[in-house]
Amino acid sequence: MSIRHGLLALLEPGPRYGSQLRSAFESRTGATWPLNVGQVYTTLNRLERDGMVVQEGADEAGHALYVITEQGRSELRAWFATPVDRANPPRDELAIKLAMAVGTPGVDIRAVIQSQRHHTVKAMQDYTRLKAQALAAIEGGGSSERDDIAWLLVLEQLIFQTEAEARWLDHCEMRLIRLSAAAGPAAPAGPEAPRAAADSGSTATARTRPGDGAAEPAVPTGRRGTRGPFRR
Amino acid sequence: MTTQPSLQPQKSQQPVLQLQQLTRIHGSGATEVHALRGVNLDVFPGELVAVMGPSGSGKSTLLTIAGGLDAPTSGRVIVERTDITKADRKAMAALRRRSIGYVFQDYNLIPALTAAENIALPRELDGTSARRARSEALAALEEMSLGHLADRFPDEMSGGQQQRVAIARALVGDRRLVLADEPTGALDSETGESVLALLRSRCDAGAAGILVTHEPRFAAWADRVVFLRDGAVVDQTARSEADSLLSGQAAER
Repeated sequence: MSIRHGLLALLEPGPRYGSQLRSAFESRTGATWPLNVGQVYTTLNRLERDGMVVQEGADEAGHALYVITEQGRSELRAWFATPVDRANPPRDELAIKLAMAVGTPGVDIRAVIQSQRHHTVKAMQDYTRLKAQALAAIEGGGSSERDDIAWLLVLEQLIFQTEAEARWLDHCEMRLIRLSAAAGPAAPAGPEAPRAAADSGSTATARTRPGDGAAEPAVPTGRRGTRGPFRR
Repeated sequence: MTTQPSLQPQKSQQPVLQLQQLTRIHGSGATEVHALRGVNLDVFPGELVAVMGPSGSGKSTLLTIAGGLDAPTSGRVIVERTDITKADRKAMAALRRRSIGYVFQDYNLIPALTAAENIALPRELDGTSARRARSEALAALEEMSLGHLADRFPDEMSGGQQQRVAIARALVGDRRLVLADEPTGALDSETGESVLALLRSRCDAGAAGILVTHEPRFAAWADRVVFLRDGAVVDQTARSEADSLLSGQAAER
């Protein structure tokens, strides 16, 4: 579990107080996953119970100084050596929402997709701006380069995640348009069907043209090949 | 999705580019295609606007019309206060040279000219003395930390270097509108990022830019992302303070 192993990693270089661990965790991860002091001490208590850390003295205010044990070190090594389990993907609210939107009457799934895309791209804009700042800090030779690099890696993970989501949303939209085009207005049967299928397959634009979904006649969609002079 | 969000001016300055009620119809009668359906867009100095949308949504048409390479069926295109849809051929050519810079996917540098000569060319065509044009070109390269490329020919540069030179060319002299059509399309993602970072920094320095891309990761460098669907703006994001996204500590770093 990540806080537990995160604290062990932060104790590896040397003894720390709880409050130091909290701020070190946050500066390494850019406060993306804020920790409160209570969580830190609860976790330290469990680590102590499990023999991963021991208390070694205290400051004047009575705050305990924690030290990693050999058992803690081997736990930490095992954590780094073991991939994060993907066997049980965490529940993804967006995937569930779109899955439900497919079968729920009165839901405009493209509006659901667009509102999410807006939100996701906006988050990417923000992460990208923070990334530009982090890069500038690293190139400027900041005081705590290790924290800046760690924070950059976390930020880029957030960017990759949002990018994957945005791409998946684009894909969902195209998939739905393609499926509704394939189902076609009044689903042309007989000799018409193969031709319609060939049309929508031959031009990318036929699939991606939004319009009014099923209500839109399939015929003109193949005519969007006109290109401005920018295409060479 | 019938409502088009109104575009609120975000800055007190005059926009560098204004697109007003732009429509573009290709063909006529049965083959008529509405490439743009009443698009409004203002781009201000210091602003980078990304235009996203599936192919066929009108992105490239929008850019060609904004740059005066194609004329709208109706609507106005105002560049630096001049309505280019009303300009004659000659005035339009001059406006394109003086006010508008392009960045293409395939760089479009002239192979027989060095980086500095490529950048100086539009200025010379516009009547600037060769000497002055060269010193402007060198200054533009220097400003982007590209001075070492000045005397290289395109085939002596990597794709990323050529694209950086193309950005320098787009913004040499008084030009402050850059129109970029998939500028990262031919680059690997790391190089693409650095080209975007350069475009971003030119806009931070006061240029206005439109970036057409289908890559969300590159669009994310923009201040504003406009979503085109079927020739109309369906939605757009504004840049918010990143501080609201993560807790304050992170943003202050």
